Amino acid sequence: MELRLDDLHHGYGPVEVLREIDLDIPAGRIVCIVGPSGCGKSTLLRLIGGLELPDRGSVIQIGEAPADSLNPLTYIFQDFALLPWRTVEGNVRLVLEDHGFARGESARIVDDVLSRTRLSEFRDAFPRQLSGGMKQRVAIARALSVSPAFLLMDEPLSALDAQTRELLMDDLIDLWTRERFSAVYITHNLQEAVRLGHRVVVLSRRPGTVREILEIDLPLDAREEHAGELETHRQRLWRLIRDEAQAAELELVDG
Amino acid sequence: MADPGSAGRPVSFRGGGFMPKPIGLVGPVVFLAIVGVWEAGSRSGVIPPLILPAPSEALAALAHLVETGLLWKHLGASLQRLLVGWSAGTVLGIAVGVSIGLFSLARAGMAPIVAAIFPIPKIALLPLFVIWFGIGEGSKIATILFGTFFPTVIATYGGVDNVDRSLIRMGQSFGLSWSSIVRKIILPGALPAILPGFRISAAIAIVLLVAAEMIGAEFGVGAYILLAGSLMATDELIAGVVILSVMGLSVNWSIARAERFLLRWRM
Repeated sequence: MELRLDDLHHGYGPVEVLREIDLDIPAGRIVCIVGPSGCGKSTLLRLIGGLELPDRGSVIQIGEAPADSLNPLTYIFQDFALLPWRTVEGNVRLVLEDHGFARGESARIVDDVLSRTRLSEFRDAFPRQLSGGMKQRVAIARALSVSPAFLLMDEPLSALDAQTRELLMDDLIDLWTRERFSAVYITHNLQEAVRLGHRVVVLSRRPGTVREILEIDLPLDAREEHAGELETHRQRLWRLIRDEAQAAELELVDG
Repeated sequence: MADPGSAGRPVSFRGGGFMPKPIGLVGPVVFLAIVGVWEAGSRSGVIPPLILPAPSEALAALAHLVETGLLWKHLGASLQRLLVGWSAGTVLGIAVGVSIGLFSLARAGMAPIVAAIFPIPKIALLPLFVIWFGIGEGSKIATILFGTFFPTVIATYGGVDNVDRSLIRMGQSFGLSWSSIVRKIILPGALPAILPGFRISAAIAIVLLVAAEMIGAEFGVGAYILLAGSLMATDELIAGVVILSVMGLSVNWSIARAERFLLRWRM
């Protein structure tokens, strides 16, 4: 299954947020979307997953999702969005409960995703007892439990400190190398984009349009050895964004 | 910069304070001291018995209540009214509060009415309820129900309003059904606002209970206090007040226990 964004336009009242977005999102790869703050990155992701309706244009699904996929388009949120009154296990179980599994079957899925994210020994902990990185791993486990065709990740590492971010980035690279999941990954951090993206889409300042698409051909698990090349990509992205980021910085928030 | 030869002095401490700590025995000691002074004042004749009976006399009146079995009759009647009125008011209040929190039409239609009726002291409606529901149990329970209902509605819909919208979006993004979102995200999310509402509604319910029982009830703590007052039996009157205090404390204690259990994820 692939996704195609066809002439997407979106705005809030008089403010135009996204203009004429045409984009193909292939399967089995990570597409990073970067851009200056307020360029509509997160709005774009909400449009892709059907949490918001575009003013014009459409998001088209090409091909059927795999039959075992319970929730083809699955989000991972910046603020984790865990229910604080449920344990780690309960948070994962939440998204399986509506699918009418027998008790044993859903327990098996929960066990499986918790062990894949190395959370098994924390299954009875409440979110408040976990660090930010652990919370995001719970959210990743929850997302994996519904066998998504696409992971829609909205700045998943932005709420974390730099060290945790490094660790979790390694986790994501491991996970991708094993499972080859498809993902749309929103970030304002260019380092993350060049480490995780097979393709990096650069959006312009509001109203966001696609400015450039960068392909990075290095395999994810070999990127650390090619730090120089990644740095060249990063600098190129930064040159594309810098002036706009500066201009965006000077805008009034409600302007 | 100071010259290296000078001795210097430590920076003076200016933090700390503003954090009251629990001190074990002070509470009981103060309580006993007050009762002791009161008892001494009564025995020495400084406090006339007709104005305020000695604590020991009030205690004797309480013991008499227990011996004759009247305590259970009064307490039973009161607790039954309290329980029925408060539970019914709470259930209805939560139902209406959740609908105001969820549905635009319910909010537009009911929120202004609730806001208008909430500040009326419900005691003022008691005579009306007596006309509507008769002098018996009906009017008493209706008063308590009414008094409990409004604060519960307001606490509940405030709680529903404050549920983190990102959690609701999360539920939708995983394809949860509407009823799952309400039961598993909105209701537990509103609970931290609903439970403190219970404290307020329970306090109001006790006030209304006593008021209602003072209008034509044979049994009940309020009726007992009213009768004692009209007979100038101040020892019995104080005994009745003690019963009310214990009742209020037990209710608060139960709610605190419920909170600690239901909101243990928050500690």
